[in-house]
Amino acid sequence: MPVYNQEIYRKEKHWKEGEFDVYRNMQWTGPGCHEGCGCLFYVKDGKLDHIEGDPNDEFSRGRLCMRCLNMVDEAVNNPTRLGHPLKRAGERGENKWEQISWDEAYDMIEEHVRKAWETQGPEAIVALEGTGRNVVWQVPLLEYSAFKSPNYGCGFLSGDSCYLPRCSASVGVLGGPSVVDCGQYDARRYDSPEYEYPEVILQWGCNAIMTNADGFLGHWIIDCMRQGGTKLITVDPRITWMAAHSEYHIQVRPGTDAAVAMAMLHVMIEEDLVDHEFIDKWCFGYEDLVEAMKDATPEWAAEIAGVTAEEIVGAARMYATAKPAAFHWGLSTDMTPNGVGQAHAFMVMQAITGNVDVPGGNYLATGPFGVDALYGCGYDYFIDDELKKKRIGVEKYPLHKFGAAACLVGDELLLQIEAGEPYEIQVMYLAGTNPIVNMAAEAPRVYKAMMKVPFIVVADLWMTPTCTAMADLVLPIAMSCERDSYREWWTPSRAITKITQYEECKSDEEIIVDLSLRLNPDGVPWHDVESLLNWVLEKDNAPMNWTQLKDQMYAYDFKGYRRYETGKLRPDGQPGFNTMTGKLELRSTLLEAMGYHDLPFFEEPPESPVTRPDLFEEYPLVLTTGKRHWEFFHSEHRNMPTMREFRDQPEVEIHPADAEKLGIEDGDWVWIENQRGRCREVARVTPIIKEGVVCADHGWSFPEKEAAVPVLQGVFDVNINNLTTQGVVGETGYGAPYRCLLCKIYKCTPENSQVTPSDLVFGTKA
Amino acid sequence: MKNGLFINYEFCTGCHSCEVACKKEHKLPKGQFGMHVLKDGPRLDVNGKWEYTYIPYPSHLCDLCAERVSEGRLPTCVHHCQAGVMEYGPIDELAKLLDEQPKSVLFAV
Repeated sequence: MPVYNQEIYRKEKHWKEGEFDVYRNMQWTGPGCHEGCGCLFYVKDGKLDHIEGDPNDEFSRGRLCMRCLNMVDEAVNNPTRLGHPLKRAGERGENKWEQISWDEAYDMIEEHVRKAWETQGPEAIVALEGTGRNVVWQVPLLEYSAFKSPNYGCGFLSGDSCYLPRCSASVGVLGGPSVVDCGQYDARRYDSPEYEYPEVILQWGCNAIMTNADGFLGHWIIDCMRQGGTKLITVDPRITWMAAHSEYHIQVRPGTDAAVAMAMLHVMIEEDLVDHEFIDKWCFGYEDLVEAMKDATPEWAAEIAGVTAEEIVGAARMYATAKPAAFHWGLSTDMTPNGVGQAHAFMVMQAITGNVDVPGGNYLATGPFGVDALYGCGYDYFIDDELKKKRIGVEKYPLHKFGAAACLVGDELLLQIEAGEPYEIQVMYLAGTNPIVNMAAEAPRVYKAMMKVPFIVVADLWMTPTCTAMADLVLPIAMSCERDSYREWWTPSRAITKITQYEECKSDEEIIVDLSLRLNPDGVPWHDVESLLNWVLEKDNAPMNWTQLKDQMYAYDFKGYRRYETGKLRPDGQPGFNTMTGKLELRSTLLEAMGYHDLPFFEEPPESPVTRPDLFEEYPLVLTTGKRHWEFFHSEHRNMPTMREFRDQPEVEIHPADAEKLGIEDGDWVWIENQRGRCREVARVTPIIKEGVVCADHGWSFPEKEAAVPVLQGVFDVNINNLTTQGVVGETGYGAPYRCLLCKIYKCTPENSQVTPSDLVFGTKA
Repeated sequence: MKNGLFINYEFCTGCHSCEVACKKEHKLPKGQFGMHVLKDGPRLDVNGKWEYTYIPYPSHLCDLCAERVSEGRLPTCVHHCQAGVMEYGPIDELAKLLDEQPKSVLFAV
């Protein structure tokens, strides 16, 4: 690691350096990602001039990714960003706008909210957000406190297929989510005398260095490899850089991961590679697990997944005998209807090998100081029991009520909007989400449904295709360095502070305050942003409020390892895990009580070569989607020239053997099609991808193209979600098959491109 | 003794941070690079192992961030490298690292 000059890089929050004011702060975001890396913001005359990574930030330690490095001129100071509230002037989709004041914008929102309250009730107001940036607790809190509605959710992400399945299942097994320990919970990081580098990190369905998902900086794994000699095992249908640097790379057919995980458990049990002392003392249901894994042989899984039994056995032995071993589970865990069963197998593997809550194993992550600044922020405070029952879909899928990150069921919301039953959704508030470009499965169907909602507000940084297509009101949102905010997930506890202002942009926190004081003035315990942020920490009895935290910027709340011994995992202070039995539930009594599989299980994806041979005949390639690239965070960054310099077009990876059969050459535009629709991307012929599988980019639009309908930045022509499904979810309502479908691929020609997917959506060539 | 760049390419992940940091520091237009990441693979070698290797190399536009260095800073590529595989310093000091770290290179600029 480089040695930074401590005279230049200081530890205080602000200093002067020549003509610049220098501020230490954390970037949480957008633009950007999930992380909250430490940045130094160099400001001149009130304007951001340049940034550097903050070497004194324990989380990121000076490093920055290409997106943050590109942030100043192409994002924060980009004159094409939204700067004023805009009211729709023409028809939806025409991209005609009238600039209005914030008061006028709030008047519009207030009028529609009060009308919904009077004619139906608060439940007719829905607020949706994208992935966990600084809308993660803000949109729920706005929905609960200002609109008084329980109906907060994700932007039509089928099966809530991002972290929620894993997190919710973990409540019933471990008592909460577990995360690879790279020392991130302790400010001393790798230098802590208690810390041990993992001997092995098993990375499953994730390319951590690109995804940086859920508060986990992927390059921490590289730190472990470089500094601690950590070896890798990777399970992934793609030969990523990390897979190529692994001792074992199990290249599974997408959607069969649970079978492989169960076979690894089988090996560990059969060969007695488990930690009996930990199991006997702390686990519940081991005998049931042994019985359930009895038939899950490596040969059985190998045939299903298209891998060898030898590599399953080898990986199982390597993980189980490494001390400590850590398990990094990616988003693909969630993007199958089998997600909960798969997650359950992963957690059980961490447990029976004795790697839970040990240094260099999997740490049980909680919000620092017990603060809930996630989806449930303010839910119990503002929403009474009667109203909670009106959260869409939770009676049908009760794990959504009791899970770790509760929200409405998006698949059920879609059905309700389409049917107009049992009542119409009257107001929709979208923040930091761009559903028809990014997370909404069956995007054309979602687009048509959303168009039925009479009043839609979109709060964002840019005029996205979702804004253009359907917003009646667009609110310009402050970027990270322009807001006072609070961030956890998982650690440290961070007070982000405002440095600059752009035009009339407001933060989501300011909008919560403004709208809640208009709509619920007697019901909210705050009067400005600072008192709001203080309430977020004080409601959970944090030892310091935001005002106190902001002077030190961030705080760690490390409570040591093996907390099941010290009573620090349970609210009652007793030893054990925070589950119904107080044990780590290998067999989950919570899942059992709800009538679900209570042990790890495997089911083929609903559309796979095995379950649907009829479809497979016509669509002979397995389709997976949603992998990340360095350049983009989901649908963001396509309008930034430097990112487009590195990656200009949507690509679909196809194996050379498949490409040859299909007469496809590298660089050809190809149609990717199944029974629901098609889209076109550029073929990348590469041995990276498993033969028989294609991996298609998501999140694309072309900001350089016409914004208005029927072009809409070309989004529907390249949207892989023309092929995905809504309503095909796991038994718990969690998990949808974004990453395990079927498709065919063929070259684009003028003849087969006369009617485009956009034409079908907009009816331009009937 | 002149200064140079040490790079442990065993752990370079190809993340482009050095390239973009450099482009921003030196205000380089599209297609121009001071640090440029070269790639080999992924390809199967004769032993059946995947070769998948990146090496960032300093082009003729690299001045080792003379202005930053004069202020007491590190070259921006070294500062921001996500994998922490780059070092800047006197060439004789860096040469010792070659002995300790396999799969590494030393660039004199």
